Amino acid sequence: MSVASVNGKREWQRYDGKQGLLRWVLWLIGAAVFVWCWQKISAGTEWSFVLDAPEQGADILGRMVPPEWSYARVLLRPLWDTLNMATLGTMIAVVLAVPLAFLAAQNTTPSAEFARPFALFCIVASRSINSLIWALVLVMILGPGVLAGTVAIALRSVGFIGKLLYEAIEETDHRPLDAIASTGASSGQIISYGVVPQIMPVFAGIAVFRWDINIRESTILGLVGAGGIGLQLNSSIGNLDWSRVSVILLAIFATVIVSEWVSASIRKAVT
Amino acid sequence: MADSSPSVGRVWTPPPLIANATLRWIILIGTVVYLIAAFGTLDFNWQRIAQGWERGQRFLGGFTPPDFVTRGEAILEGVLESLWMAFAASVVGIILSIPIGVCGARNLVPQPIYMVCRSIMAVSRTLPEILVAILFVKLFGFGTFAGFMTLMFATVGYFGKLLAEDIEAANQAPLEAMRAAGASWLQRLNYAVQPLVMPRAIGIAIYRMDMNFRESAVIGIVGAGGIGATLNTAFDRYEFPTAAAILILIILIVLGSEYLSTFCRRLVR
Repeated sequence: MSVASVNGKREWQRYDGKQGLLRWVLWLIGAAVFVWCWQKISAGTEWSFVLDAPEQGADILGRMVPPEWSYARVLLRPLWDTLNMATLGTMIAVVLAVPLAFLAAQNTTPSAEFARPFALFCIVASRSINSLIWALVLVMILGPGVLAGTVAIALRSVGFIGKLLYEAIEETDHRPLDAIASTGASSGQIISYGVVPQIMPVFAGIAVFRWDINIRESTILGLVGAGGIGLQLNSSIGNLDWSRVSVILLAIFATVIVSEWVSASIRKAVT
Repeated sequence: MADSSPSVGRVWTPPPLIANATLRWIILIGTVVYLIAAFGTLDFNWQRIAQGWERGQRFLGGFTPPDFVTRGEAILEGVLESLWMAFAASVVGIILSIPIGVCGARNLVPQPIYMVCRSIMAVSRTLPEILVAILFVKLFGFGTFAGFMTLMFATVGYFGKLLAEDIEAANQAPLEAMRAAGASWLQRLNYAVQPLVMPRAIGIAIYRMDMNFRESAVIGIVGAGGIGATLNTAFDRYEFPTAAAILILIILIVLGSEYLSTFCRRLVR
């Protein structure tokens, strides 16, 4: 912040000359990069397809309405499968993530040279691959079906739960731990009486939050053959059966909203 | 103080997470019933799963060593496509989400505008990105433009919501002071709100760009361009070494961008 004299009058300015120049240059670079990116995108775009999008959209929307409501009855089973993939996947992930988190947290890791980097690597690898890609790989190994989807959800969630959990462990108050340690407790006892009670509410919140995300993700895993409502969606889109697609989309929308509500109210209750 | 009651036979137990015993039992029994129902209805193909181990080994064997060279050009092109798709979508998405986010803050706008903006953001966040990508591919044709639109749409919901919540949570005193001094709505926005939310907003923007790149690896599977399309092609052609190379690249770039975003956020703070 500085005061500059403009036409002999003193005026307040937010940035002084050097700062202002630096900001201006950074904005210019950003804009140039954006223009370059945009040129690349537009070079690879068939603009005639884009321009008739409103017509296409109106056409699809016209076919979507009215939805074929009777199809909803067929969707109950896939919805149950979807729910199972998300829930069982989250449960498996929780079982796998808890030990990883304790290995990764600075204050509970048994060895900072070996165990911690290993656990961190597992967490990062799991987090950076989307569940759809996990499903793509697992469908090839385990065959199409609910199991591939469940394992895909689990593998993706391990990283998420592990990361948030180990951060929670690192943030625990160390005084109770010191107190328990001074009574001669073993490290297992310190964890179960000192760390666990502190992270339990956070942990429950993380698990439920991830479950909510998993419901959303498991609705689409069927696109690559991993079971659930996505299978129906994929075949309906493939058959250009738009009146069924709209029913499926509505079902997904409703499921996601209900799960979000459930997760929000549980999280409010525990924290 | 001497406790006269014998401590023998009394064991201390830590308090349970759910204080209400009835609720605790309901949740516990409900979980068991659910698990029985879930496992009872899952039709796992055990025969196929039994083959899984062997198949998995063969699959991993096919993955190693990762092959960066044979399809090197396609991989490079895919990665670059993803990067600029993610960048352009983040820029446009954030520019669009600033007005929507500002209008989604309860303390700045009247109720009707607030409701409209909040519902735009809710729709954008509720639809899984891949579904939006499918629809946009149908609308705009295959390629990066559909991917760009998808990521932009997702960015509006995410960034807008976090921005709106930041504005609502920010210190209200400067806003009050500006209003008392007779500042216009835009002046209030510029001098009382923007400086308060800017550091966190930059952090969120960088994080969203990171997210957009990760998502761009996925939406390619349904035809929206980028590294996902290359990955999908590799899987379709059973070129597993190439697929392995692409997966490794995705992990590395995500790792890199995570470090970059932590660095940038520290710089801003």
